[in-house]
Amino acid sequence: MHAWRPRNAVQFGLVAGPLFFLTFFFLWPVGELLVRGLGADGTSVGEVFGTASIRSAIWFTFWQAALSTVLTLVIAFPLTWALSNFSFVGRRVVRAAVSVPFVLPTVVVAGAFIATADRVGMDDGPFALAGSVFAILVAHVFFNVAVVVRTVGSYWSQLSIDDEHAARMLGASTVRTFFTVTLPRLRPAIAAAVAIVFLFTFTSFAVVLILGSSRQRTIETEIFRYAISRTDFGTAAVLSVVQLVTVLVLVIVNQRIRGRLVGADRITLDRGRPLRGMRQRVVVGAAVVVTMLLLAVPVLSLVDQSLQSGGGWSFAHYRALADRPPFLTVSPLRAIGNSLFFAAIAAFLATAIGGWAAVAIAFSRRSIGRLVDLAFLLPLGTSAVTLGFGVLLAFDTGVLDLRQSWVMIPLVQSLVGVPFVTRAVAPVLLAIDPHLREAASSLGAEPRRVLRDIDLPIARRAIGVGAGFAFAVSLGEFGATSFVGRRPDFMTVPLAIARLLSQPGQQIRGQAMALSVILMVLTTAVLLTLDRSDRTVL
Amino acid sequence: MFHSSLLRLLGALFTITLVAAACGDDTVVDTATDEAMDDESADDVMDDDAMEEESPCYAEPDLAEIIVTDDEVDYSSTTITLATHDSFALSEGTLEAFTAETGITVEQIAVGDAGELVSQAVLTKDNPTADVLFGIDNSFLCRGLEAGLFLPYSSAALASVDDALELDPHHRVTPIDYGDVCVNYWIDELPGDAPTSLDDLIDPVNAGEFVTENPETSSPGFAFLLATIATYGEDGWEDYWTALVENDVAITAGWNEAYYGDFIAGGGDRAIVNSYASSPPAEFLFADPPVDTPPTGSFSDACFRQIEFAGILSGTDQPEAAALLIDFMLSPTYQEDIPLNMFVYPANGDAALPDAFVEHGPLVDDPLTLDPAVIEANRDDWTARWNEIVLG
Repeated sequence: MHAWRPRNAVQFGLVAGPLFFLTFFFLWPVGELLVRGLGADGTSVGEVFGTASIRSAIWFTFWQAALSTVLTLVIAFPLTWALSNFSFVGRRVVRAAVSVPFVLPTVVVAGAFIATADRVGMDDGPFALAGSVFAILVAHVFFNVAVVVRTVGSYWSQLSIDDEHAARMLGASTVRTFFTVTLPRLRPAIAAAVAIVFLFTFTSFAVVLILGSSRQRTIETEIFRYAISRTDFGTAAVLSVVQLVTVLVLVIVNQRIRGRLVGADRITLDRGRPLRGMRQRVVVGAAVVVTMLLLAVPVLSLVDQSLQSGGGWSFAHYRALADRPPFLTVSPLRAIGNSLFFAAIAAFLATAIGGWAAVAIAFSRRSIGRLVDLAFLLPLGTSAVTLGFGVLLAFDTGVLDLRQSWVMIPLVQSLVGVPFVTRAVAPVLLAIDPHLREAASSLGAEPRRVLRDIDLPIARRAIGVGAGFAFAVSLGEFGATSFVGRRPDFMTVPLAIARLLSQPGQQIRGQAMALSVILMVLTTAVLLTLDRSDRTVL
Repeated sequence: MFHSSLLRLLGALFTITLVAAACGDDTVVDTATDEAMDDESADDVMDDDAMEEESPCYAEPDLAEIIVTDDEVDYSSTTITLATHDSFALSEGTLEAFTAETGITVEQIAVGDAGELVSQAVLTKDNPTADVLFGIDNSFLCRGLEAGLFLPYSSAALASVDDALELDPHHRVTPIDYGDVCVNYWIDELPGDAPTSLDDLIDPVNAGEFVTENPETSSPGFAFLLATIATYGEDGWEDYWTALVENDVAITAGWNEAYYGDFIAGGGDRAIVNSYASSPPAEFLFADPPVDTPPTGSFSDACFRQIEFAGILSGTDQPEAAALLIDFMLSPTYQEDIPLNMFVYPANGDAALPDAFVEHGPLVDDPLTLDPAVIEANRDDWTARWNEIVLG
């Protein structure tokens, strides 16, 4: 079957646009830093690899990311299944709320984890949380469950259920139907989620630093250590290259395993059907409740702390957010405004660029599509230090001296959001039956019209999922925002929380917790709205 | 089949990792430790006078660069940029007072913590993002001086600053504020008498009570390591840390995890923590519910002094306007705004202190210090040794 493709010139434009953005705002800055770092005297690759602590950090980075990814997949799977296959009261809220961990500052979550571990007596013994690999894995699962639930879930809920019905009709058991029919069809979405979770955990910084209690080191924490504590840009650059090359190799492996994204998988608007029978209710209920409880434990501990004031329950910490406390350059309320502003721009940029890239992937030759996909995953696997310093070096002259401009904040944040959009939307576009487009085309519709009338309505949910992620990622982003210099009145919520939590005084701490809770509520509200948008047209 | 693909992926992942792990050669020594050992033989590091002569930190700067300010010049259309770390905050109107006085508009740019600020300044030295940098402290000072970040400028206002705060003989940086990193304790939860010295922390009565921060990832953590080196000397600090480990010291990545994780303040079970001299006044001012006296105390016997400096960046086009900002940063208007915004003490001895600081934050009379050149020359070696002793 030949895929329906636009003319060559159009294809070129489709690919060139997003790649130009990526080259300008990612490859160029990172390249500048690497050239500067590797050009510095006295750092040889052999020397860096000769350091035992660096070799063990590389190994640890790798296996903790692989294990975190597998664990996240396993733990997120029941909830993903429930949300994709059934419609029930609260489904949308669960789908939005599951992303809350994404925006929570690690410093806050880590505190909640440690407090919970103390309370349930897990501060000793084989599963002791403090300073262990176990703590890192638990936190990585907590932060990334949303990636699987939303990326795999949005795709799954649009897969037509006819194939499964056919298999059951032919006598296959439920389990067998799942493994031979459903799972293979989910492959592109699972591959997308695996790539994103792996890259996130591969480069995670604060989780490793805080929960690893300095005993665990990864490539990311080593880059930070060499670039910041030692001003040794040479070693930091070599480590960044190691990080980039590993990411490249792994994404290529991931693409191979995902295999050819075949067209013409039957796509529906929503395969979710009402719950029938007691057994189904219990199983689905359990899948939802158990997973949500796991995610809720640290969250409830935050809510609890934000409401403790004056020796009892009170909203005092929330009321205090309107005034500028000492240590902050703006009031927390203003920081919330800043964060929403930056996140809106970053989400818009990520959706536009990522959507464009997804169209490019869907309508170009397979090798070019893979290249675009690969290129946009790179920022996920790059250290905030590398990108942040690169930006400083690249954008430093004339009209391009953007180092102090607020524009850099959403731009850098959008780089992380783009792959979410691309990896959510491209599989859906590829799964659309080409005959639909051919039919429209032969009836005289121009390519643009085909895209608008055929592809856009079907891809709407995936676009919403990608945009929501881009928004959430930007709201919670700390590292790169902190590295890009900014006017003090552009302080964002994660920066404000980190600052408040670096001072003694229960009032100040209570305000940090209240601010975290507001961040969670805002995220849920925005994601609910974005999820709802897929209904307005259909 | 899908699941066989998944197995193939895992197989591939493990193969790559094994190859990566096998690439190195275990006989090679950790290069970081190696380099640091070459710089300085371990015996004379504490000899400050010898360091001052030899260290590139104190090399004579180019005298032609000395800046003279001129009251006659009109700066009303001048804008300069002040780069700071994220912890920088002032009351509204403070910098506007400078503009009203001189006509110079100040733009601000905030970046990460002190370490990130210095690293960025080194990286962009030839084309800096700002004219004045504030927030380099004595532990990073030599790194900035050796990189040639700053122009010399001797402000007339230095007359009211304690000489002990002026660490650069060539005035490339100007002290603006200081704070002391001190051991704090939760008064009601101590197992024995309140500790009064570092020795008390290795007393078995305080076993499992002390928590401090990793010197490589935390600025107060590094200050505490320096406090032990300043107290016990190059020959004794390693033994002291061995004793601390035997007395079950806890180590966290940052201040927050120590203070609000392991320490009583956040629900932990340790009664002694490494924090600041200004922490008890903060516990009093921001208590919830309000208290008459702070629940915490600190002892002043082993406090390490952190001094924050401002300097004129050598790439600036407007050294005179930048110099006027340095003058302003030492003025009472600016200096008296510092304590309640950043919880450190003003460098200018004439600046009045807020009540809470006077009552609950007893000034440390005899703080511990180390020459910045000694710190810079030994930092990597010390932290590498600390890692071996404490984290094993």
